[in-house]
Amino acid sequence: MSRTVVVDPITRIEGHLRIEAETDAEGRITQASSAGTMVRGIEIILRGRDPRDAWAFAQRICGVCTLVHGIASVRAVEDALKYEVPANAQLIRNLMTGAQYIHDHVMHFYHLHALDWVDVVSALKADPKATSELAQTVSPSYPRSSPGYFADVQKKVKGFVEGGQLGIFANGYWGHPAYKLPPEANLMAVAHYLDALAWQRDVAKLHTIFGGKNPHPNFLVGGVPCAISIHPEQEGKGRGPHHRGGEGATSLNIVGLANVQNIIKQMREFVDQVYVPDTLAIAGFYKDWSTQGEGVGNFMTYGDFPEKGISDPSSYLIPSGAILNRDLSVIHPVDLHAENEIEEFVSHSWYDYSVGKDKGLHPYKGETTLHYTGPKPPYENLDTAKDYSWLKSPRWKGKAMEVGPLARVLMMYAKGHAQTKELVDMTLSKLDLPVTALYSTLGRTAARTLETKIIADAMQGWYDQLIANIKAGDVRTFNETKWDPSTWPAVAKGAGFMEAPRGALAHWIVIKDGKIDNYQAVVPSTWNAGPRDPQGQDGPYEAALKGHKLHDPKQPIEILRTIHSFDPCIACAVHVTDPDGEELVKVKIK
Amino acid sequence: MSEHETLEQRLSEQGVSRRAFLKFCAALATMMALPPSSASAIAAALSQAKRPSVIWLSFQECTGCTESLTRSHSPTLESLIFDMISLDYHHTLQAASGHAAEQARDDAMKAFYGKYLLLVDGSIPLKDGGVYSTIAGRTNLDMLEEAAKGAAAIVAVGSCAAFGGLPNAQPNPTGAVAVSDIIKDKPIVNISGCPPIPAVITGVLAHYLTFGELPALDELGRPKAFYGETIHDRCYRRPFYDQGKFAKTFDDEGARNGWCLYELGCKGPTTHNACATTKWNGGAGFPIEAGHGCIGCSEPKFWDAGSFYTPLSAPAADVASISQAAAVAGAGAALALSATDRAKRQQVQQSREKLTLEDLKGN
Repeated sequence: MSRTVVVDPITRIEGHLRIEAETDAEGRITQASSAGTMVRGIEIILRGRDPRDAWAFAQRICGVCTLVHGIASVRAVEDALKYEVPANAQLIRNLMTGAQYIHDHVMHFYHLHALDWVDVVSALKADPKATSELAQTVSPSYPRSSPGYFADVQKKVKGFVEGGQLGIFANGYWGHPAYKLPPEANLMAVAHYLDALAWQRDVAKLHTIFGGKNPHPNFLVGGVPCAISIHPEQEGKGRGPHHRGGEGATSLNIVGLANVQNIIKQMREFVDQVYVPDTLAIAGFYKDWSTQGEGVGNFMTYGDFPEKGISDPSSYLIPSGAILNRDLSVIHPVDLHAENEIEEFVSHSWYDYSVGKDKGLHPYKGETTLHYTGPKPPYENLDTAKDYSWLKSPRWKGKAMEVGPLARVLMMYAKGHAQTKELVDMTLSKLDLPVTALYSTLGRTAARTLETKIIADAMQGWYDQLIANIKAGDVRTFNETKWDPSTWPAVAKGAGFMEAPRGALAHWIVIKDGKIDNYQAVVPSTWNAGPRDPQGQDGPYEAALKGHKLHDPKQPIEILRTIHSFDPCIACAVHVTDPDGEELVKVKIK
Repeated sequence: MSEHETLEQRLSEQGVSRRAFLKFCAALATMMALPPSSASAIAAALSQAKRPSVIWLSFQECTGCTESLTRSHSPTLESLIFDMISLDYHHTLQAASGHAAEQARDDAMKAFYGKYLLLVDGSIPLKDGGVYSTIAGRTNLDMLEEAAKGAAAIVAVGSCAAFGGLPNAQPNPTGAVAVSDIIKDKPIVNISGCPPIPAVITGVLAHYLTFGELPALDELGRPKAFYGETIHDRCYRRPFYDQGKFAKTFDDEGARNGWCLYELGCKGPTTHNACATTKWNGGAGFPIEAGHGCIGCSEPKFWDAGSFYTPLSAPAADVASISQAAAVAGAGAALALSATDRAKRQQVQQSREKLTLEDLKGN
């Protein structure tokens, strides 16, 4: 008997996501439909406003991957105005984005994804001494591994369970046979869940030092807002006549910089001593997940982390490109501005197009008219043969593309990035898995861990460069030349892109007479979570779920594992609305 | 473990001494700006508490408020959810999904009817029957009204739930409104901010758990303990405002010497929040310290109050004349001015206090 399994809300994600899955008599998923069920309309709200303000609005697209939309936004304005930012500002943006990756990926692993693999209740059966031995084997250098420590954590969980108030752990699928970890591994993971909570609080301070707070640190078109309040003596110049004290007057002072160094160290230690070893240890018990959950087999990156400024792609740590059908030997160039490359479709979305619902439109010509045709709430099921999501379906040259950590690691691997190659090969050999294991739920989760290490290591280099610049007397953080809107052309258009933790992200802006005339964003979770297109091609989530066998349709943990492996961010994915349905301005860039 | 075990017992089992517990209570009292004597009242209340049920509903939001909560240094999120409350429904943190998640909410609403605390983040879209945001096939309005019925009190976390926030910004495409626009028969506390300061969220919860009632609120429903004064009045750069020393751009000498950001658009003078005192992320800083003016994120309609970089225009005459005088006469004269012209400054202050962001609309 076939049936429809509905999971709504999908929890432990950002935003509002619903999955409807058709299963056959064996409980195997034959078709899955991914629906975003919340929309706000931020681009419409942005129209008519000061482009220099846009980053703050756009940043509120998401508070989990906080800052990524802020960066994409200031880059879009800077691209439109041909506005260069000082070297220090670029380094600080790299450091802030890098910190976001590390913070976000670790929290995703421990606080959002882990409970798909870790049975909290089973941890009660663990022997703290054996857990300590396991922990010291998995990660010999991590200090929080004594039997007493694990006994304390166990006591905490015990109080929770026996007191009958499970709180956030209530109604989990505890005891489900899909949980494979021994009690000791479960206890170790629960302890690290708590450790990671404490750790993330401290490392978030990096954003506070540069951006004043986290979540939602501040940004600035033309640079970064935080002036450096260190006044180095310049060779032969002394302190200069303008120096009037104020040493240490901003958070970017010597104490702040020392704190940043300390945070980078804390980040690298946690990634090296806890996150990477835990990923490998847990993966060893779930090797059956290395052959399912792949998705579409096409991968795309826009590239990011420039060493020499955004206009020089050769200096990016993460390169740009597209990989089709797992073929790593050919990297296709991706052009954000070419109208025949990136298109968005609405054939299964709650929008209308004046050109017809089966046509695709490049974001420059993007046209969006909210038109809800779904069932009147409250409803049991969506009509997935028709429109079923507030997400559009972005396609690159007509193909569904996966973006995110797996795409980035594959891109770096394909381009021969030495550290990536070394890490991927080490992981595969430790788990005794073939390279094809990357194309899976397990591979996606592992890729996220590996790229975290790559970026954590790169942070030190950006920090060292920033210090070297300050030492050499360069304390510039902002370029004032184009700040005043009276210096802008009457019309300017630009695209700002970045690699957000969840994947390739771009914003397009049209500026007219100093105001925003049009604003468009195509974001990672739209690429991954979008619905089917007019050709009936699944989005990556939908494709990835196909073939999953549900052990118990009432406890669809298999769906959660694969969906969480993408780290959904649905508030990001759904945000493009234009109730007026106007034809948006056609834009050509460069 | 007994059903009636108290917080103190639980802490003691975890090796937390009575002395440490009392210290924690004293810290809470300080944070909530309560007299030191109330520490013992807090200790007494928390010693008896079984973890009260908290249901957290997320509507049109970005999850920044939840992320902020996880950054709380005191009390930490761990101590909050393990020792102080039972967080029975929270999309981002709860293990259960789908039907099991909805069941957890139903169970908590039944078991603690009339007693649970309802937290809400995000605005609620009312346009077109609420189709712009649904959970488990139900509109946000439907879910809010149902959960509000059995709630002892409601906490609107963040500017979207408190005042409508970003979704409510012009032209408000989805008809987004605040919790207090819908629920009229329950006590509601607004913890505004985009996001709110984490210690403010946990502090309000601690106050409620301790005294069984919401803290004293201002006319906008915000706890006076945190929103009683403006950022400007508590800002460490305030002396430079008084001296007429302003940063003119973001990395000039003034910016690097920590001068006032008023002329770069700082909304500190009209924004009520505790950023300048409580600071962010364990005291690592706050926006003005990191060189960007306050954007006014804890005030209603701040998204529609003009550019973040346009200086507050009122009390324009007074401040402009002060800063002009400073510019003409130089820093020394400005110092003298600030020292002598107290009456004028007072006048500026008075007119500023009357100023709301509503007044600034269209500037």
